[in-house]
Amino acid sequence: MEGGGSDGSDLDNLKATELKLGLPGTGEQEKLPSILPRSSKRAILEANEGPSKRNSSEIKSVERDQKPAAKAQIVGWPPIQSYRKNSYQAMKMEAEPTGMYVKVSMDGVPYLRKIDLKVYKGYEELREALEDMFKCFSLGEISRMNESNGYEYAITYEDKDGDWMLVGDVPWEMFISSCKRMRIMKGDEARGLGSTP
Amino acid sequence: MTYFPEEVVEHIFDFLESHRHRNTVSTVCKAWYRVERLSRRSVFVGNCYAVRPERVVVRFPGVRSLSVKGKPHFADFNLVPHDWGGFALPWIEAFARGCPGLEELRLKRMVVSDESLELLARSFPNFKVLVLVSCEGFSTDGLAAIATHCRVLRELDLQENEVEDRGPQWLSCFPDSCTSLVSLNFACLKGDVNAGALERLVARCPNIRTLRLNRAVSVDSLSKILARAPHLVDLGTGSFTMDHRAEAYHRLMNNFTKCKSLKSLSGFWDASPRCLPAVYPICRNLTGLNLSYAPAIQGADLIKLIRLCLKLQRLWVLDCIGDKGLAVVASTCKELQELRVFPSDVCGAGTAVVTEEGLVAISSGCPKLNSLLYFCHQMTNAALITIAKNCPHFTRFRLCILDPGKPDPVTNQPLDEGFGAIVQSCKDLRRLSLSGLLTDQVFLYIGMYAECLEMLSIAFAGDSDKGMMYVLNGCKNMRKLEIRDSPFGDAALLEDVGKYETMRSLWMSSCDITLRGCKTLAAKMPRLNVEVINERDESDEMEENPSDLHRVEKMYVYRTVAGPRNDAPDFVWTL
Repeated sequence: MEGGGSDGSDLDNLKATELKLGLPGTGEQEKLPSILPRSSKRAILEANEGPSKRNSSEIKSVERDQKPAAKAQIVGWPPIQSYRKNSYQAMKMEAEPTGMYVKVSMDGVPYLRKIDLKVYKGYEELREALEDMFKCFSLGEISRMNESNGYEYAITYEDKDGDWMLVGDVPWEMFISSCKRMRIMKGDEARGLGSTP
Repeated sequence: MTYFPEEVVEHIFDFLESHRHRNTVSTVCKAWYRVERLSRRSVFVGNCYAVRPERVVVRFPGVRSLSVKGKPHFADFNLVPHDWGGFALPWIEAFARGCPGLEELRLKRMVVSDESLELLARSFPNFKVLVLVSCEGFSTDGLAAIATHCRVLRELDLQENEVEDRGPQWLSCFPDSCTSLVSLNFACLKGDVNAGALERLVARCPNIRTLRLNRAVSVDSLSKILARAPHLVDLGTGSFTMDHRAEAYHRLMNNFTKCKSLKSLSGFWDASPRCLPAVYPICRNLTGLNLSYAPAIQGADLIKLIRLCLKLQRLWVLDCIGDKGLAVVASTCKELQELRVFPSDVCGAGTAVVTEEGLVAISSGCPKLNSLLYFCHQMTNAALITIAKNCPHFTRFRLCILDPGKPDPVTNQPLDEGFGAIVQSCKDLRRLSLSGLLTDQVFLYIGMYAECLEMLSIAFAGDSDKGMMYVLNGCKNMRKLEIRDSPFGDAALLEDVGKYETMRSLWMSSCDITLRGCKTLAAKMPRLNVEVINERDESDEMEENPSDLHRVEKMYVYRTVAGPRNDAPDFVWTL
């Protein structure tokens, strides 16, 4: 989620306009522990003096690399037997639902389409398929991934956290497992999402 | 003190079932010590480094059943380095030399090599029972040796071990003459199994009552096995996925119906909800159900299954059962004694989670509940107080709030009062695991009320040394204390050094103890092994001679009559 973190201010602005149902500031709190591990070399988060100091250390922590919606990566927590933990991880990796149909909407188009992400081997194939599907509607080429400049449209997707992301940043496997739906966004709106090279 | 001939005394001792009682009578006088040691058939060693195996053999030459535990409990959570120790070989060697009549061996959290299994298989002609729990270091080759040479094997029970797969042939090593199996559990094996060999083995063992298959065993195979062994009491299915319309499915359901004695079900690997109706016929007799490896069984399917299990006493599920699902359990399973709810992301996004509501519902619907392991997202003091009132019979209460140090979300208070209510109400509480935001106050309560407490697990809790001191001063029956990431330092550690000789062990990691504190403890108590575990890091500050003020990351203290161990790796310092 913080992958394109170099453009701190742009992302912050985007986050500020994000629609959330929680109270302001509650978003971060849910993700981080209220008492952080004591100066353990392995703990990723910094040590905390006590529960009342939650907020300052949370802000510090958000700046570091973190997986979205991840519990803090403390060694041996939660205390699940490693045999069980390994089994669960193996099960997660193998989970293959039959077909991965997601809705695709395009700005200005009266109806949506559905595509099976499993059918495509990568981003190029996906882009071509989408172009083909919406051929009659588009007034210009749908952008290649990662480059929204100079194109009429950009392909975006909604991930597990409900954020709208530009398609193409993460490895394909990661993308198809986190993509819930897609939206082909009009050029001007798309500009703000483009990651600067 | 010899009013009775020795045989009579020995006969009286036979009625003493617990190790503790036998230990006690052996201290009465020399005569009783002698009678007791020669007639002792079963020995339990809670810490493999507390005593030398040779010494056990010399004292109890007639032992038939041996149980040994190795690594500290926190090894389950990767807090103990991989090659810390806990080797089974010295025990098997000592007994092979001095006690060839051994019939049963039960090992937990130990390193068991193929070599040890081979030695075991060849050394004890009467060997009947092998139980390995959370062990590692062996492969299917070791199992092959057991199968080949243990002629009267009754039980082979492998629970949650890391076993290297070297092929399916081990199962075929059971000779045709082997008909004595009563219990076979290989659920933790990852590799393929020869289906034909398995079916034939089951067919020729008429006394088989427990059978837990691994994931590689197909439903087809299961069906055939059930047809051959309708007297099964405890079944772990293999892979539970098939086309639910097929003829094979109906055969499976018929075969399940014939299993009138089936009381316990587990496995359900890859289970798809559509196959569940095959087990409906036997649900009403089930006393044990383990669905903790079946993430696909949730929601309505899960509830439908639960509603049929009126006699359930033991239930293990994933947290995607949700509070609603737990409410169904509460209204259906009135005989419930043990509940475990495991967390998993494996259920997928958007599935239910469990909170305090689920547990409150369970407590009010299932008053016989005495053993709990509950992973949840939040807990309140009010809920814990209610639970304590509803279920005063807890002997094991393990609560894990996933967010470390999380307070009561309603009041924003620590959970001291809630856990305090639990220890006050549950007078028979032997095991307790704490979580959530906790201050020294909860330890005051524990020290005051938890008289029977034997094992306490603490993580991210407490404010000062006082917390740990309350526990050490109060809990007379404490045996195992394990603490991580809590602000307890040398003062607490050294408060009552004699206490540790009354306990099996103490584990402290990521606390505030220093090397000086550990050295002081070691110097004062020669019959304790004080182990300091130093793992190397890239940013290694620990020089060859670290200062005494250096904080100790991991310490394990245990009473022993064996002195410092001779197999410690170089990152473990016994002070």
